[in-house]
Amino acid sequence: MDFLRPATLAEALALKAERPGAVPIAGGTDVMVELNFDHRRPDALLDLTGIAELRDWSAVPGAVRLGAGVPYRRVIDELGGRLPALATASRSVGSPQIRNRGTVGGNLGAASPAGDAHPVLLATGAVVEAVSTRGTRMIPATDFYLGVKRNALAPDELIAAVHVPETGAPQQFAKVGTRNAMVIAVCSFAIALHPATGRVGAALGSAAPTPRRATAAEDFLADELGAGDQWESPTPLPDSTRRRFGELVAAAASPVDDVRGTAAYRRHALSVLARRTLDWAWQGYTGRGRPCA
Amino acid sequence: MSPNPAELTSVVGGVGTSPHRPDAILKVRGEFAYASDLWHEDMIWGATLRSPHPHARIVSIDLSDALLVPGVHAVLTHEDVPGRNIYGLERADQPVLAEDVVRYQGEPVALVAADHPETALRAMKRIKVGYEVLTPVVDMESALGDTPLHPGGNLVRHVPIRRGDPDARAAVVVTGRYEVGMQDQAFLGPESGLAVPAEDGGVDLYVATQWLHVDQAQVATALGLPPALVRLTLSGVGGAFGGREDLSMQVHACLLALRTGKPTKMVYNREESFYGHVHRHPAVLHYEHGADRDGKLVHVKARIYLDGGAYASSTPAVVANAATLGVGPYVVDNVSIDAWGVYTNNPPCGAMRGFGAVQAAFAYESQMDRLAEALGMDPVDLRIANAMSEGSAMPTGQVVDSAAPVARLLELVRDKPLPPTGTDLLDLPGGVANTTHGEGVVRGVGYAVGIKNIGFSEGYDDYSTARVRLQVVGGEPVALAHTAACEVGQGLVTIVQQIVRTELGVTRVTVLPMDTSIGSAGSTSASRQTYVTGGAVRAACAAVKARLAELAAGRHVDDLAALLGDEVVDETAEWRHRPTEPIDPVTGQGNAHVQYGFAAHRAVVDVDVELGLVKVVELDCAQDVGRALNPQAVLGQIQGGTAQGLGLAVMEEIRTTGGVVRNPSFTDYLIPTALDMPPMRIDVLELADPNAPYGLRGVGEPPTISSTPAVVAAIRAATGRALNRVPVRPEHITSTERPRGAPA
Amino acid sequence: MRVNVTVNGVPRRADDVWEGESLLFVLRERLGLPGAKNACEQGECGSCTVYLDGVPVCACLVAAGQAEGREVRTVEGLADGGALDPVQEAFIEAGAVQCGFCTPGLVVAAHDLLARVPDPSDPEIREALAGNLCRCTGYEKILDAVRLAARRARS
Repeated sequence: MDFLRPATLAEALALKAERPGAVPIAGGTDVMVELNFDHRRPDALLDLTGIAELRDWSAVPGAVRLGAGVPYRRVIDELGGRLPALATASRSVGSPQIRNRGTVGGNLGAASPAGDAHPVLLATGAVVEAVSTRGTRMIPATDFYLGVKRNALAPDELIAAVHVPETGAPQQFAKVGTRNAMVIAVCSFAIALHPATGRVGAALGSAAPTPRRATAAEDFLADELGAGDQWESPTPLPDSTRRRFGELVAAAASPVDDVRGTAAYRRHALSVLARRTLDWAWQGYTGRGRPCA
Repeated sequence: MSPNPAELTSVVGGVGTSPHRPDAILKVRGEFAYASDLWHEDMIWGATLRSPHPHARIVSIDLSDALLVPGVHAVLTHEDVPGRNIYGLERADQPVLAEDVVRYQGEPVALVAADHPETALRAMKRIKVGYEVLTPVVDMESALGDTPLHPGGNLVRHVPIRRGDPDARAAVVVTGRYEVGMQDQAFLGPESGLAVPAEDGGVDLYVATQWLHVDQAQVATALGLPPALVRLTLSGVGGAFGGREDLSMQVHACLLALRTGKPTKMVYNREESFYGHVHRHPAVLHYEHGADRDGKLVHVKARIYLDGGAYASSTPAVVANAATLGVGPYVVDNVSIDAWGVYTNNPPCGAMRGFGAVQAAFAYESQMDRLAEALGMDPVDLRIANAMSEGSAMPTGQVVDSAAPVARLLELVRDKPLPPTGTDLLDLPGGVANTTHGEGVVRGVGYAVGIKNIGFSEGYDDYSTARVRLQVVGGEPVALAHTAACEVGQGLVTIVQQIVRTELGVTRVTVLPMDTSIGSAGSTSASRQTYVTGGAVRAACAAVKARLAELAAGRHVDDLAALLGDEVVDETAEWRHRPTEPIDPVTGQGNAHVQYGFAAHRAVVDVDVELGLVKVVELDCAQDVGRALNPQAVLGQIQGGTAQGLGLAVMEEIRTTGGVVRNPSFTDYLIPTALDMPPMRIDVLELADPNAPYGLRGVGEPPTISSTPAVVAAIRAATGRALNRVPVRPEHITSTERPRGAPA
Repeated sequence: MRVNVTVNGVPRRADDVWEGESLLFVLRERLGLPGAKNACEQGECGSCTVYLDGVPVCACLVAAGQAEGREVRTVEGLADGGALDPVQEAFIEAGAVQCGFCTPGLVVAAHDLLARVPDPSDPEIREALAGNLCRCTGYEKILDAVRLAARRARS
């Protein structure tokens, strides 16, 4: 095994082009577990922590460009106002030690269906900035997750950043775990209202082979809100709308029975999370509720 | 010299005070040497190849490729075990390395020693084991009629209890079927040890264990060496809770060290740790309780199945506990209980804090709540109406001959004010994962009380050995205390110092490392060490005092240093608690236990009834400890034991499918965090037991027993669900399906 | 490979490090600093918590090579010679130490918390320590210790 320590992104891309089997490592929260338990023995590790370009976030028009190496801790501390749902999701990640080190970029690279950031990235319409010596590709989160722990990156590509829309509108994240801290999602859900376009983003995690959008639920809710002129003059949502939204989110899942929960429970819990987060988001939109936690 | 007892108990750091632990400074500095921290010049690393199958015949083992890996020093199989390839805590039925058959997933098959852990792993992957996979026996209730896994069949032990009228009829009868999942001790310090070959052909083993001498005997038998050539020294132990009472790597490390001539270190990682030690027995318990209309218990009938897994370990004693303690701390005249411990191809199960009493308590306390509901009675009132007290008879006929303040413990937890409702996300079920802002949250309150035998039972010769040496060092009397009693974190080292200070009136007491150069102290289990080794230390001190009296020759001497002069007083004592008796194999009658401990809990929970998530808001406890030798350590035991009971109630279970463990990691075997364990208010009663040293009563286990049913009772109160199984998972709370065995 | 890392203020060098080794292994087995503990090796227990460039992390999840040229402070580096850090003293006095396997990680995590938040509320303490599992104490006396250390620092 080789340990590659590029100092710049350009150097990292050259190494990745030359050795596409090299496994990128940043916070180590996935890769090191695989190494410690002999689940993976790559030819090389490509350490990204020495690359200054990956370490920061910046405001770009309509979005935050979040460097792949920014740890969850900084998302919580610095981006709670701009990206409230991502900050909520980040606060639910692992432990303080994990949040100090783990990154949204790493979450994307691992592409685990249980990754906490994914539903937010899908619901908000984030775009992954993938780079290689061949150039830059902007991959919408919707197209990024291909299968269990498989993503759309080419073997020579690295994640430079993820562009997360700064919507200024209510958004929520919620995650069910069987412990009150430091727990992997049994299922998770994010909702983002997009009043400017009259759309709704809704996405689920840990209840299908990949994180995925609940498009039927998104369309249903967008239609309901559009039809009643709710964006302009919001009123409390009827129970039938809230319930139907929950059902459609649950229907979007393809969960399995596993040691963390049953498929039936995951569907049920998703419907509850969808209904509750919709309530909170809608209360936020109508100005009556509390902002995202 | 005839020291005045009043003077002696006032010694700084004596019995009844809470001096700092002697090992605390090293521990907070990170300098305390745990078994996994040991290092030796020229040391190599051992690793264990384990069976991937719960049940298979071994057809072939090919080591040739593994031996070719550079850096490998030895690869061993059962053929390399020089002594008897069989061991066991109560019954020798487990091979050191599997021969023709493997009986559980994770059973050791071969060993590798190499210059680096990674080298050992690479070599292990090159060992070719041919398996013929067999159908595993996995159901404890049908195991007795299934394929025999051992020559004598699948019954490890059956304990019947028969008392009173078997046909007693009651006005109100409730029945239930309960299940307890497989809990893990989940001590944080993984199984580890360092074996150093000695020039005399023997071996020195530095290891984290609970009972040095029972390890020594088993290791010597497997190595074919006289016990004197197998010397064990306790290294730092990162928790135990029963999980270190059986052997793990002890024989393996010694085999590798003796074969290679090199110091050999073995350290399990967390996954291997889940395969490397026994767990708490999963159980299925069928209960019937009958009472008259006033709530007075008339009869209890029970059939209890305990899954011992592949090997016996301490199953026989666990079965006896579940049976003899099977009605709980209540007076019942008519009792018929049968408890069976069986072999299966599930992971081996043995000792864990609460030891058979935990499983029974979940069932009988659930039954008491169900009975209260059927009677329309308050659940605490029902318990108090049936509570045993000093002088009550157990279902074994044994009369409880010291304090049994069951009713008072219940009153103490009942009468505390209830906590307010939380508002912050952190106070709510789900916490910062943001699952509720109050929606669906319902509060519930539940109660439970439990009983545990303290010390070893059924006629076992339960003793400990202690040596105390007193001499003048630098003009001051200094005592040394030496035992083989394993300090596993509970604070026995502090207790030993306190007893010596109190008995001898000296302030400076050094506790020597625990090793096998002194006689056995018995196991650090059954809440017994303060009682039994404490008794031995006190007895050794008494012998020292007798010697001092000889030196004083009738004079009254105030100055101990002057009296001692150059004299070194060195006394060793063996001490036993009063004998117990075997139970009758047909009726289960007999004075089987030496002492009983009691604790009660009240749990207050907030349950998100829509999502099935639970936040335990408060978990209060009252316990009688006879005498608190170290009040701070007593609280620590109650808090820690309660947390383990909470874990079993809502999250902790080793899940298996067809004998295969599905969650051997801290990612999926969850134990409570600081956000899961609530604040506790604790009442400690000190009702002295006249039979025990200082009147003390074992502390460690009772709080683990009652906290689980109290939490589940509170969840039931919040949800209205039957919840007949622990741990309670979210889907049990939200499911629309009726659980098996639930009342119609 | 060779790894150069400053540990507790002292430049250290480890040779023949396998590229897949963790910082935890290097500290424990190559640099003679076993204070950070090996309880789970997957970031689920916090017992290996050390400061890496001033930030508490799980040493088991840091590849040894990632520590090259960086500053590590372990539990062994908290005391000033014979003088314990106030957090260490509070752990002893409050009875927060039983088996002690979680203690080094908890001491570092509590030390970091009090450096950032001198007067933490109970929920803040619990959230800050939720990444450190303890199996012996039920956390009550650990909370007592953090409160005690905070109170002492204020007075």
